[in-house]
Formats: sequence, structure tokens, C-alpha cells
Amino acid sequence: MLEIADVLVQGIMLGGLYALFAIGLSIAYGVMRLVNIAHGDFLVLASYLALTTIALSGLHPFLAIVPVAIAMFAIGYALQRWVLGRTMGSDGLAPLLATFGIAIILRNALLQIYSADARSLQIGSIATDSLSFGSISVGVFPLLVLLVSIGLTFAVSLLFDRTSIGIALRATSDDPETASLMGIRTGRTHAAALGLSFALVAVGGVFAGIRTTFTPDIGPASLLYAFEAVVIGGLGSLWGTFAGAVLLGVAQGIGAEIDAGAGVLAGHLVFLAVLVLRPTGLFARTR
Amino acid sequence: MLRVRALEARYGDFQALFGIDLDLAAGEVLALIGANGAGKSTFLKSLVGQIAHRRGEIAFKGRDISALPADDIVRLGIAMVPEGRRIFRSLSVEENLRVGAFAGRPGPWTLEAVFELFPILEQRRRQAAISLSGGQQQMVAIGRALMSNPDLLLCDEISLGLSPAVVKDIYDALPRIRAHGLALVVVEQDIDTAVRVSDHVACFMHGRVSLRGAPSELTRERISAAYFGLEAHDA
Repeated sequence: MLEIADVLVQGIMLGGLYALFAIGLSIAYGVMRLVNIAHGDFLVLASYLALTTIALSGLHPFLAIVPVAIAMFAIGYALQRWVLGRTMGSDGLAPLLATFGIAIILRNALLQIYSADARSLQIGSIATDSLSFGSISVGVFPLLVLLVSIGLTFAVSLLFDRTSIGIALRATSDDPETASLMGIRTGRTHAAALGLSFALVAVGGVFAGIRTTFTPDIGPASLLYAFEAVVIGGLGSLWGTFAGAVLLGVAQGIGAEIDAGAGVLAGHLVFLAVLVLRPTGLFARTR
Repeated sequence: MLRVRALEARYGDFQALFGIDLDLAAGEVLALIGANGAGKSTFLKSLVGQIAHRRGEIAFKGRDISALPADDIVRLGIAMVPEGRRIFRSLSVEENLRVGAFAGRPGPWTLEAVFELFPILEQRRRQAAISLSGGQQQMVAIGRALMSNPDLLLCDEISLGLSPAVVKDIYDALPRIRAHGLALVVVEQDIDTAVRVSDHVACFMHGRVSLRGAPSELTRERISAAYFGLEAHDA
């Protein structure tokens, strides 16, 4: 019984990290209907930006999140405003292909700049510290990641539900043509949405870089987990995405408990089951 | 206030408007009538920058707006109630109205003023706007446009698909809207309604203005003939 509880707890912790991967993807889809194939590669870019920031400034990785998030916001804003925005229209294939091309360019650029050597971000003993709750041991760092992912999901939900920019984002998501009739500059609103998406990617990228080693070519795996979490939760739903990420993490934890090599496969099977039984996701909303 | 000269508009290879000339002074109401596909909605969309391929002169309060995008035009004081209402489906009634104020123009139209005009909206303010009846959604669409405090309000088929009683309620609100001095362009399929509420009538036919004048100058027979294209053949 304790073993099951331990597996569930560890799976939920892992789900917290996947939620950080996925929230940005959910926002990009929810606001712009953009399927960002380069999402995972930008996550890796954030890890490398943190690596460089730490090397140049000596900042602690947690503090490095701030400048990296600002830089990623700027990259996301500029990318949408001057590249992806020009590909958007009635045909959703063009931006999808554009992000596919960007992913390849980014991967090769990172390989050229940083080589294929595996890197990681060091946070000292916090990475291995743990708290004991009875017989269940919880890592301090995974717990922190989970709390940050809950906090960010809550904050982004508040932003969408309670602020003027959130209302503008939702209106633009519903009907960009009519939103422009209201004076909303839809191009800038879309750019802000991808900027926000990338700032969240920065947090996920830094935490992923702390949790495990990274190389320029791991982006597609991160994209896959993010994509699965978004689809399981329901396209465009932030808390649904969070729940999808946790479910994915728990499925992988249970799978790994059954067989050490079956964790990722178990996650894929849950994704497949949701696609077959409830294609709109478990918590689908309009946003 | 509004001066349109030689306006042409196209959808790809299809030309929808041919050399439209129209004028409107502050506080006036212009009704556009005509059959489906006559070019009325295209004309309104051209005024607010929603037709990419347009040529000719559109001057609003002396300023050329013919090349401006929609979000700049609303800031200058032209608001539109689009055909089909186009309610933001994920927003509540109040949020839909607040979006209308994003243009940031000061004036008499506040949330409270819109609720005074359409009291039912205050009762439903927290409700998802998309869940309202068609008539109430039309009130949201009109209130949303008013929230930008426009000098010129364009209403595209606001009676379409609504019951006569609801249409009457909505048109009964027009005098109170006009009381604030704004000009209106109303696209209306119903000739009697158009004549009743307007200072000027323009009839569109195949992308051209086939008849224009004050309602008092136009007989029902002339309007009907222009509406169905009979006068164009006679001319």
C-alpha cells in the first residue's frame, strides 16, 4: 500500500515538471490555435540560456530564471510578431510548418554553439535533499517544481480570468476579426501570448536542466510530453493541462514500477486511451 | 463627418463595390437597404478596414482612413455592430461590454449607461453572453459597440433572425442612442423600418447605389423598384 502511495506521489511530482512544459503550449494553442512544433526545442534553448547566464554572471539557477524568462518572452514576442504572425491565416498548416523549420534550425544552432556534450544546471544539495512524511520520502526539488507549476497555473488562470489583458487574449482567441473591431491590436496580443508561453517555457527549461542532463537534440521528447499533457487535459484548458500532466506523470510512474523500461510507454498508452475514449480531452473548454 | 468617394472593394477577383459615393453629417441616420449580396455589408466592412482590397476615398472627420486597419479606425470613433452579432463566446456579458471600451475613448457610454439602456443585461452581467437569447445577444453587441464611445455607429442587419417584438425593442432604443449626438449607418432589409428610423436612405443594387434620398422624398414604389432592380432597368 505504501509503495503505491509512493509511486503516486513521485508521479505527481513528475507531472508538475510536465505541467511546466505544457502550459506554454496550451496557451499558444488556446489563443492562436498554434501548434508549436518547436516548443520542445525552445525549452532546450531556455536550458542553454540559463547555462550561459550562470556562467557569465554566477547567478544561482533559480535566480537565472528571471533573466532567462525575460529573454524568452522577448524571443516569443518577436517570433510571433515578425515571423509566425505573417504565416497565420485560414490555413493552419503554414505556421505549423514554420515552427517545424524553426525547430530544425534551433537544434542545429545549439549543436553548433554548445556541441553535443550533455550539460546540466547545478543547484547543490537541494537537488538531493528530501523530506519524509511517514514512510514516504519526497524530494525537496521535485516538490518545489510541483508547487511552482501549481502557482504558475493559478497565476496564468488569474491573468486570463481577471485582467484586461486576459479578456483581450480570450476575445482574440474567440474571434480575432471582431476583436480588432474593438480596438484590440490582435497582432500584438498574439505576440504577447507567445511571449507569455515562452516565459513559462523558460521556467520549465531551467527546472528540466536542473533535474536531468540536456543536449541539443532532446527537444522532441519534451514536446511529446507537453503535447500529451495538453491533449489528455483538453485543448485550451489550463487546469486541464495541469491535470493531464499529472496524469501523465502518474502513468509513467506506475509503468516504471511495473517494469523499469515501461514508464514512458505507460504514458503513451494513457494518451492513446484518452484519444480513443474522449478525443476532446478530459477537461476540454473553449479556452 | 463621413465622406466616401469612388469606393471600390473586392474579394479576390470578385468586385463587390463599384464607385460608391456617400456623405453623412454628424447626428444623421443613414439606412442602407438592398437585397442579399447587394454590397451593403461590404460597404460597412470597407469603412472599418475589414476589406483588404479597397480603393477610393474614405474620409472621417476630415481624415483619410482608407488605408487604416480596423483597430485604428475604432480609435478614431467608428464602431460597428457586426452581422451575426459576433459575441465573444468565452466571455461573460460584462466582459463582452468591457472589451468594447478597449478603444479607450472617453464619453457618455459606460457600463452603467449601457445597463440603463438595456436593463436585462445588468441582470445577466455574469452570465456567458453566448447563452443569452438572440435579442439579448444583439443588445450585447450594440452595447459593446457603444462602449467605445463612437461618433459614428455602423449597424449591420441588427434585426436579422429576431422576432418582431425584439426588433421593436432594439429600434426603440435608437432615439436614446442618437440623443448623444452620434451618427448611424443602419443596414436593414425591412424597408418600412429603414424609412422610419432614418434621415437618408440609400438603396444598394449589385454593388452600386441605385437610389438615394430623404425618406420624405422617396415613395414606397420607388424604393421597392430600386430594391428589386426595376428602376435600374428603367433608367
